[in-house]
Amino acid sequence: MDEAVALLPLDALHRELGGRMVAFAGYAMPIQYDGIIAEHNWTRSAAGLFDISHMGQLTLPLDADVALEAVLPGDITGLREGCLRYSMLLTPSGGILDDLMVTRRSGDLYLVVNGATKTADITHLAMSGLTVSHREDLALLALQGPKAVDALDRLVPGVAGLSFMRAAEFMWSGTPLWISRSGYTGEDGFEISISASAVESLARALLAEPEVKPVGLGARDSLRLEAGLPLYGHDLTPDINPVEANLAFAISKRRKTEGGFPGAAIILDQLFNGAARKRVGLRIDGRQPVREGATVVVDGATVGQVTSGGFGPALGAPIAMAYVPAALAADGTALHVDVRGRLLAATVVPMPFFPKSYVRQPLAKAGAAQ
Amino acid sequence: MTLYFTTDHEWVSVEGDAGTVGVTDYAQGQLGDVVFVEIPAAGTTVTKGTAAAVVESVKAASDVFTPVSGTVTEANAALTEDPALVNTAPETGGWFFKLTLSDASELDALMDEGAYKTFVASL
Repeated sequence: MDEAVALLPLDALHRELGGRMVAFAGYAMPIQYDGIIAEHNWTRSAAGLFDISHMGQLTLPLDADVALEAVLPGDITGLREGCLRYSMLLTPSGGILDDLMVTRRSGDLYLVVNGATKTADITHLAMSGLTVSHREDLALLALQGPKAVDALDRLVPGVAGLSFMRAAEFMWSGTPLWISRSGYTGEDGFEISISASAVESLARALLAEPEVKPVGLGARDSLRLEAGLPLYGHDLTPDINPVEANLAFAISKRRKTEGGFPGAAIILDQLFNGAARKRVGLRIDGRQPVREGATVVVDGATVGQVTSGGFGPALGAPIAMAYVPAALAADGTALHVDVRGRLLAATVVPMPFFPKSYVRQPLAKAGAAQ
Repeated sequence: MTLYFTTDHEWVSVEGDAGTVGVTDYAQGQLGDVVFVEIPAAGTTVTKGTAAAVVESVKAASDVFTPVSGTVTEANAALTEDPALVNTAPETGGWFFKLTLSDASELDALMDEGAYKTFVASL
């Protein structure tokens, strides 16, 4: 690692566990421990522990909800306590500056933003008149996989009662934890915010549970790719808007009617009349992965670009995300991807590539909590 | 049969003017899980130090540089079916291609096994 990088609170633990450290988002982070495929499959069958302390944890006063709605398209004033909402910070023309989670808590609004963009996000929010507290005193862990609930509920009784996109405060060994049932793998799981000084004890306690193994950034990327979840800076950029990115679900119903968010005119027009291009999933014939930057080709003409691509370990096949013209975005559309001059056949397929297994609330109850 | 190594972590085993090329155990460890290998077909002319094959791990694509120049005589078909051979048997069954060397003097610039081990230990 040549770049100057900061160390995460769990740096020593990562090295002790044999993590191969790389520079990511300005931090030394483990890309893998046992191997990406083994860690990926472990997460899909048991529980993977991810250190995501590079992500930005921000708090805003509760009365900032109105001002926050001026920078993102989510319904924040209507967000209930203990509920998470996925949203995006937008440019004046509707491009995506970052994607993030917003939670209303009893005493504040809690935001989790991407590590590589957190400094710019804080500046953007401050310039928009918001008072932001960057909680650098906190670390963040994700425990993901079908057995995450068993392992975590053993240490923190009661977390099994949370449903997807809900959060609450818990106590563990005298340390407060803010736990949400959410994640970035397509699996059931949790994200746990804890004081940086206590995170190593919690990580060791979790790793002592039989279901839990450490998982690095490599598998985090292959898991989110299989789950069809976009990665900021790759699948989402300031030149792409939420409709093009197939993230229109994040434009809350009231905001669709009222507007009042950056780029609303453009975004609402595309929402109702269609965007010129769309983020789609691609299955690639054969075994050769296609990577970010590869071009999508139809009848010899370049029509789009791959923004994320790799091998889906649980699928045993190469998969990718790409932006293509709306006319070529329908499931089943056949096209080609140019990999170093060779054209590989590909098909537009629905995402997620791998079925999600979130533990959702019963519909009636979820509806009541909207 | 003599083994030679490059600083890019390829090996070539040579007998007369016939060579077999692969990547080292250290290289496969750095690459991680290999999921696809692109190998030159028989008849392809390759030039020392240039990209002759591509190895794709879950995470990324990496070039494999041929340690010597020559004409490819055989690509390892087993890698098409089981690319993970590069991980499990990098210096035996996971070879990439065989070639006929065009200039045996190129071998002089490569490392022997002892020098390569010392080189890896220094990394």
